[in-house]
Amino acid sequence: MDVVFLSRLQFAAATMFHFLFVPLTLGLSVLIAVMETKYVRTGDETYLSMTKFWGKLFLINFAVGVVTGITLEFQFGTNWSRYSTYVGDVFGSLLAIEATAAFFLESTLIGVWVFGWQKLSKKAHAIVMWLIAFAGTLSSIWILMANGWMQHPVGYVIRNGRAELDSFMAVITNKFGILEFFHMISSAYVLGAFFVMGISAYHLLKKQHIEFFTRSFKIALVLGLASSLFVAISGDSHGVHVAEVQPAKFAAMESHWETTTRAPIHLITIPDEKNEKNLIEIGSIPGLLSFLSHHDFNAEVTGLKDIPKDERPPVLITFLSFRIMVGLGTLFILLTIYGCLKRNRLLESTNYLKIMLLSIPLPYIAIEVGWVLAEVGRQPWIVYGLMKTSDAASPVAGSQVLFSLIAFILLYSFLGAIGFYLIVINAKKGPALE
Amino acid sequence: MEFVLQFIWFFLWGLLWALFFMTDGYDFGVGALLPFLGKDDTDKRLMINSIGPLWDGNEVWLITAGGVTFAAFPQVYAVMFSSFYTPLLLILFALIIRGVSFEFRGKIESPGWKKLWDTCIFIGSVVPAILFGVAFANIFQGLPLDQNGYHGNLIYLLNPYGILGGVLFLLWFLEHGSLWLSIKTPGQLHDRSVVAANKIWSGLLGVSVLFLIATYFYTPLYVNYLAHPILFIVPLITVLSLLGVKFFLLKEAYFKAWFASALTIVSATFFCIIGLYPNMFPSNIDPIYSLTAHNASGSQLTLTIMLVVVLIFIPIVIGYQSWAFYMFKDKLSVDDLANEEAY
Repeated sequence: MDVVFLSRLQFAAATMFHFLFVPLTLGLSVLIAVMETKYVRTGDETYLSMTKFWGKLFLINFAVGVVTGITLEFQFGTNWSRYSTYVGDVFGSLLAIEATAAFFLESTLIGVWVFGWQKLSKKAHAIVMWLIAFAGTLSSIWILMANGWMQHPVGYVIRNGRAELDSFMAVITNKFGILEFFHMISSAYVLGAFFVMGISAYHLLKKQHIEFFTRSFKIALVLGLASSLFVAISGDSHGVHVAEVQPAKFAAMESHWETTTRAPIHLITIPDEKNEKNLIEIGSIPGLLSFLSHHDFNAEVTGLKDIPKDERPPVLITFLSFRIMVGLGTLFILLTIYGCLKRNRLLESTNYLKIMLLSIPLPYIAIEVGWVLAEVGRQPWIVYGLMKTSDAASPVAGSQVLFSLIAFILLYSFLGAIGFYLIVINAKKGPALE
Repeated sequence: MEFVLQFIWFFLWGLLWALFFMTDGYDFGVGALLPFLGKDDTDKRLMINSIGPLWDGNEVWLITAGGVTFAAFPQVYAVMFSSFYTPLLLILFALIIRGVSFEFRGKIESPGWKKLWDTCIFIGSVVPAILFGVAFANIFQGLPLDQNGYHGNLIYLLNPYGILGGVLFLLWFLEHGSLWLSIKTPGQLHDRSVVAANKIWSGLLGVSVLFLIATYFYTPLYVNYLAHPILFIVPLITVLSLLGVKFFLLKEAYFKAWFASALTIVSATFFCIIGLYPNMFPSNIDPIYSLTAHNASGSQLTLTIMLVVVLIFIPIVIGYQSWAFYMFKDKLSVDDLANEEAY
């Protein structure tokens, strides 16, 4: 068996599974911190039971997220040792700083928050949740600076047969990572907001705990609207930057084959990778692709044909993930704007509530395909332009990786099923009656 | 300058492992003792809740140890973790099931459900405890490493000295955990924990002596000590603190006994790390293939930046972890289990 392929599958399985839990941790921690702060400010017990109810779901989700994160840091060593040897001097420090400066804080304080209700003042307890939210965000900055470096390596020199750190400032101010961070964190807030709105919609449809879930819905709606708009804005700037530094990914995103000025976007496209063309292009909007890439309708956009074949990413996957991500992102904006119009008549808007309940999975899909776009779109590079994925794997036996991959899938499916089940039953049960 | 940085980083690397063993060690001990000391569900819940607020923060010492290995010694990180592919993944899987068990166990009231997660906590504590010992003992001993990489597997690691290392680590953590339970639990559970701590102590003493002797025959760890006899002060601290554990146990001063046990773990780790220096992943085929602090480190710039980061943040981490530790130092009571947040 091919070690590189198996290692890629394993890393994809491990990260994609981990990332089912991380965005909810990020998004929900902010919402819970807001709820608890409202409780401290107003003394209103409903806010306290909101904090506890959403906190319970948060903790189940957090448990699976945190344990599946551990394997990721070590997989660079177990499965990608050539990568780690070659770029570890730059890349490793970002992971080390993440653990030291951010993850420690989050993991220590989560225990304090859970068990500290009687030990801390109300105010201090709420501050702890803000710190948890802050630490989670800080973690994601470091992780995305690390990923940003793989996407667009800066601040290094090739010395002693490896990439060595040359400018730490350049690495931590890498525009690629910063744009990824803003795009990802706002997506995580969208996901958290839709999670809260969806579960609230379930109870509002059943006409139970009306005050409790109306308030929850409205708090989430504010975050949902603001962040879904911000996802689009940050995504747009990110796209321009991708067009500049990763032309192959950008061309694959729209299955754009010929280098042209005033490049169009087609509403319906079916890529034909083998023959380097699109089978179908319907509903052309001239200049839109040029505008997305350079904010100029007449700009030239590099086509895939001008990129060597062995440096092109898989077009179909990249193309589809981009389309799905953008389509869903647009839907989130529309749904939250509509929600704002209906905000005082939520209980009567049963169709809207049903849609919001059914929408819970959509941000998960959007955020996962967003990562597929980022990672598959970077192929065949593990570090763009510097190291190919095929040169990066560990010299371990294929059978070893096959066994661990099977173990990963079995264990994670088991955990995922239980985590999902526990979140569902606790979400349906609703808040404890005071 | 580069040499000095590598020297400092080698011992910081050792310190992070020592702190991981010292902190998460009692969590492993408690988890491993769960089926033996927890006679009923209340006992088991007391045991789990005794580490409930702290285990997660403790585990991050492992993540940090892994992270700084990556940053400061990228080649060691790459070779060590790919060589120990199977044992490392077994450790990580064990830590995964341990971690979720705490959260999942109390969520459904059913004996079968609880038994499942009790088993996971036990396995998730015993497996890492033993495998960390096996892995480190094999590092002390040297590994079949040449220009083509590592030529061993999991079975290779289970040699007599490796197994002895595994047993030693398990006993360290069992002692550490039973002392923690002596502090944190009430009533009969407390009494059983004290009895366990006394019994395990005798075993630990025996295995420690055996390990020190075996180390002389199986590893080159004493070479540094014979060259600089002043260093023998470190194992002396280990011996004294191990005796201190018994002394404080007899005086029923359980906090002091726990701190003595913590000192035992830290100084014993340093005893090994000092003996290992400058090796980090030594070859037993030819020393030229050994990865050392001086041939496998990151660049001077990375080492400098990481040193600044660590010198700022590790004291802060120790600060807030001590605060959390202090907050949750009190003995639990059965009434505490009625709190809705209790596991």
